[in-house]
Amino acid sequence: MSSSQSHRLAAGGLIDRTAPLTFRFDGKSLSGFKGDTLASALVANGVKLVGRSFKYHRPRGILTAGSEEPNALVELRSGARREPNTRATTTELYDGLEAASQNRWPSLAFDVMSVNQLFAPIFVAGFYYKTFMWPAKFWEAVYEPAIRRAAGLGRAANIADPDHYDKAWAHCDVVIAGSGPAGLAAALAAGRSGARVILCEEDFAPGGRLLADGGTIEGLPAAEWLSRTLAELGAMPDVRIMTRTTLFGVYDGGTYGAIERVNDHVPSPPEHEVRQRLWRIVAKRCVVAAGSIERPIVFAGNDTPGVMMASAMRTYVKRYAATPAKRVALFTNNEDGWRTVEAALAAGLQIAAVIDARPDVSPAHRSLASKNGFTVLHGAVSGVDGGKDGVRKISVSLTGGARAEVEADGLAVSGGWNPTVGLTSYHRGRPKWRDDIAAFVPDGAPPGMVAAGAANGAFGLGACLREGFEAGAAAARDAGRGRGVGSLPVADDEAFALTPLWHVSGKGKAFVDQQHDVTASDVELAQREGFQSVEHLKRYTTLGMATDQGKTSNVAGLAIMAAVTGKSIPETGTTIYRPPYVPVAIGAFAGHHRDETFHATRLTPSHHWAAEQGAVFVDTGLWKRAQWYPRAGEKDWLESVTREVKAVRGGVGFCDVSTLGKIDVHGPDAGAFLDRVYINTFSNLAVGKARYGLMLREDGIVYDDGTTSRLAEDHYFLTTTTAKAGPVMQHLEFCRQVLFPKLDVQLTSVSDQWAQFSIAGPKTRDLLKELVDPAEDLSNEGFPFMGAREVRLRGGIKARLFRISFSGEMAFEISVPARHGEAMARNLMIAGKPFGVTPYGTEALGVMRIEKGHIAGPELSGTTTAADLGLGKMMSTKKDFIGRVMAGREALVAADRQVVVGIKPTDKTRRLRSGAHIIPKGEIPGPDNDQGYVTSVCFSPTLEQWIGLALVERGRERIGEIVHAHDPIRGEDYDVELCNPVFYDPDGGRQRG
Amino acid sequence: MRITCPFCGERELGEFTYLGDAKPQRPAADAGEDAVYDYVYLRDNIAGVMDENWYHGGGCRSWLKVTRNTLTHEISSVEPAAGAGARQVAK
Ligand SMILES: [Zn+2]
Repeated sequence: MSSSQSHRLAAGGLIDRTAPLTFRFDGKSLSGFKGDTLASALVANGVKLVGRSFKYHRPRGILTAGSEEPNALVELRSGARREPNTRATTTELYDGLEAASQNRWPSLAFDVMSVNQLFAPIFVAGFYYKTFMWPAKFWEAVYEPAIRRAAGLGRAANIADPDHYDKAWAHCDVVIAGSGPAGLAAALAAGRSGARVILCEEDFAPGGRLLADGGTIEGLPAAEWLSRTLAELGAMPDVRIMTRTTLFGVYDGGTYGAIERVNDHVPSPPEHEVRQRLWRIVAKRCVVAAGSIERPIVFAGNDTPGVMMASAMRTYVKRYAATPAKRVALFTNNEDGWRTVEAALAAGLQIAAVIDARPDVSPAHRSLASKNGFTVLHGAVSGVDGGKDGVRKISVSLTGGARAEVEADGLAVSGGWNPTVGLTSYHRGRPKWRDDIAAFVPDGAPPGMVAAGAANGAFGLGACLREGFEAGAAAARDAGRGRGVGSLPVADDEAFALTPLWHVSGKGKAFVDQQHDVTASDVELAQREGFQSVEHLKRYTTLGMATDQGKTSNVAGLAIMAAVTGKSIPETGTTIYRPPYVPVAIGAFAGHHRDETFHATRLTPSHHWAAEQGAVFVDTGLWKRAQWYPRAGEKDWLESVTREVKAVRGGVGFCDVSTLGKIDVHGPDAGAFLDRVYINTFSNLAVGKARYGLMLREDGIVYDDGTTSRLAEDHYFLTTTTAKAGPVMQHLEFCRQVLFPKLDVQLTSVSDQWAQFSIAGPKTRDLLKELVDPAEDLSNEGFPFMGAREVRLRGGIKARLFRISFSGEMAFEISVPARHGEAMARNLMIAGKPFGVTPYGTEALGVMRIEKGHIAGPELSGTTTAADLGLGKMMSTKKDFIGRVMAGREALVAADRQVVVGIKPTDKTRRLRSGAHIIPKGEIPGPDNDQGYVTSVCFSPTLEQWIGLALVERGRERIGEIVHAHDPIRGEDYDVELCNPVFYDPDGGRQRG
Repeated sequence: MRITCPFCGERELGEFTYLGDAKPQRPAADAGEDAVYDYVYLRDNIAGVMDENWYHGGGCRSWLKVTRNTLTHEISSVEPAAGAGARQVAK
């Protein structure tokens, strides 16, 4: 099995050689071990070329061994689970893994688009801006399609993600980002103090750099200290170590975002398990022990496969026992880079040379060189000879001006280390520059947060442990946990000695941002073209704007900018840091809020009964409402709806209207309160009576309407439209609590407490008599039109009965406690059988309200006034109310406003549609003569033709006029007659009868 | 962000609805159109500390006056509206 792993060391590493895994890269079957990442397995198989670059399609290899990776991005998995731009360096290997390289055609090794390199001059800094300046026609027809084909990253799956994502909250005293020496020491101190601790580690194995760099802690080898420490933490019930979890953001009030990759390390999640979980962690304190990222040095050919960060190279060699090269050269400007030489020698690799940019190299390193037969060159790498097969030769500019060449198949680069300052800077914090390490370090942090260890610029192992331990102890103390912390783990600090070097000039492209193909000369060009602010530099060149957010490139870009402007790096400054620290899938933010669980579903009390009847449901906000009840043999919805309307108008029907908002208004000032929120008066409403009311917004536009009844001297029952149930409650509470606090009134939402049915048709009273206690007087005198009172049903249940009508028929609305709603529907069917009772849905309800000229949602559009709706006379002149003053503004009372009017097609067989524009007859349709639009239409079974309501300029003065309906969306043009909006029973005799 | 409701305790942002500047006071009935216009349309948009109306719709349905720094989201005080909860306001 391991025979194919040509670059795997015979022994060593933190891989499980008893657990071989098979995977495919670009269709080729390869093998690795449990404990590998995809990147380490590719290295072990001798794969150097893993992708093509974004703009120039240059061959690229693996640069890093962590989440900062700019190059080794792959499409992981296939079909619906295909995930683009996945970093091979953080992808845990599993058996059967499938990955494909990106941005190449037809194959990775032979890529047609690499000719883009020849056109490189057009892809320079500001390319997008400059291209957009060219004639728009060219952009659309030529450039955009070409660029879209040529540039880019991976392809998203174009089918729905079959996996589940979860969202969860967690609360703790101390959250810690990172489980390297600093994070573990912080967890030890906080955990021993008795604090509730959550430690997030993005890797699948805790330990951070200890896993690759080892060291000695408390006199123990790092691996042993690590396992003892994990055992101690594991025994603490209040310490939770979350691996595969990245702390990616910090939000207000000590809330932290973390993404847990629960099942990214298996082909697909086991049944009933989620793929990823988004955590919101509320913590009293946060210790950022997120470490630091080794930074490249920019030189020509620095993107050649085989050029790798020095720390990454020793991670592959030591943690994964995989050798990226046989003959390694090191280019460093600091002491830390030399640890790669030691690691490579220990693994039996050849060292070709060390190119050290510093003036001095320690005697210990000199003797290491002579003992192992390699040379130390003082100077800098100025070019790389190589290609898709890797590095062949390295050109060196020696200090003093001479040149040298080094033959090697791998080049390790160390330009120093950048503390991970993201989390500490997410509240618009700006890090500060430290000259001694030539790096930005956190300068303060959001409240409750502190950085420790390498994330704070303390790179030595001893310093990491000390800072972490102290930060953990302090965090626990601040969170009110005061048990003893025990002793600090002690270790020595390594030397770091660094001489800054950012960019080596040379012939050929030198990349600053490898993921977005931004070169050193792009940065220089941007400066020459006047982009001096770093924020402008970033956007003009797109430096740092790729999926890696410039983790390996930002500081180098700033340094080059500083050099060309003659400013210092701190004077040049950094761009603003924003979360997330790593890409987080939109699916994780959505969690379960997708498809049928996108939002909660509200069912009316009679829902299950309606479903039994075969009702067709419609989504109305969160509600499912019965739209119509099809019967066998009916060919379409129109036939069903027509039958339901005729049944009501000719006999009796009922409809569940429980979705209306219902509010009980109690108190001695209830009437006075309603007077202020409605345009009409309610304080003079008699007990036992209902009245239609209209509310305005404070700007004078109609807000909502509904019927309000007075059930007692100090008790009103108010209804709202379905859509505005929540907003009206909020508005009324605002009026009561903020605007009119002195009124003695209380509001109670009872929308969910009452099931409400409309019972309509000439036989309504006959049906009701079967249900209501015979002692109740339902006669026209005993219960007249607009009467409202509590009644007792047969069997003793109390109900509220209202003689109101939306349909224009003799009608009642009856409210029963919601738990009796379904029984009510069943009983209406049983009791109504002799009268041919017919359940009807929202469509029939809509047809009857249009026939009656009642306004509804399409007319209450947020643009209409009371007068527009024909209800201007309802506005009381004897009192103040919400919206009164603004409703009097000139434009809101103008004579030429569009007002509600009825319409009928001149051709009685024609169908009407909402949205058609109203144009004066004989004129060519256009915005200048657009006089309104059709708001509501229906087929009226009563009139046996299509009718509608429209908002038309001066409509009420134009009754009888023939106008033109113009519907450019559907390509229809026809004539309609403007008419009285009340098509049915204009005198209202039927509802009073 | 979390808001400490005086009635319900510390609760998550998702339970609240924001209305905006709490400073404008609804003019008296006879104040005239200009005063009402100012009340309806003119709002300060302060980069710093301001009083805001928030509604605890996911909790006790109280309107709250929240003093918040719009730059840092730091909340320095939360008070119930004059007519919130069981407060009895002298007539
Ligand atoms: Zn509350």
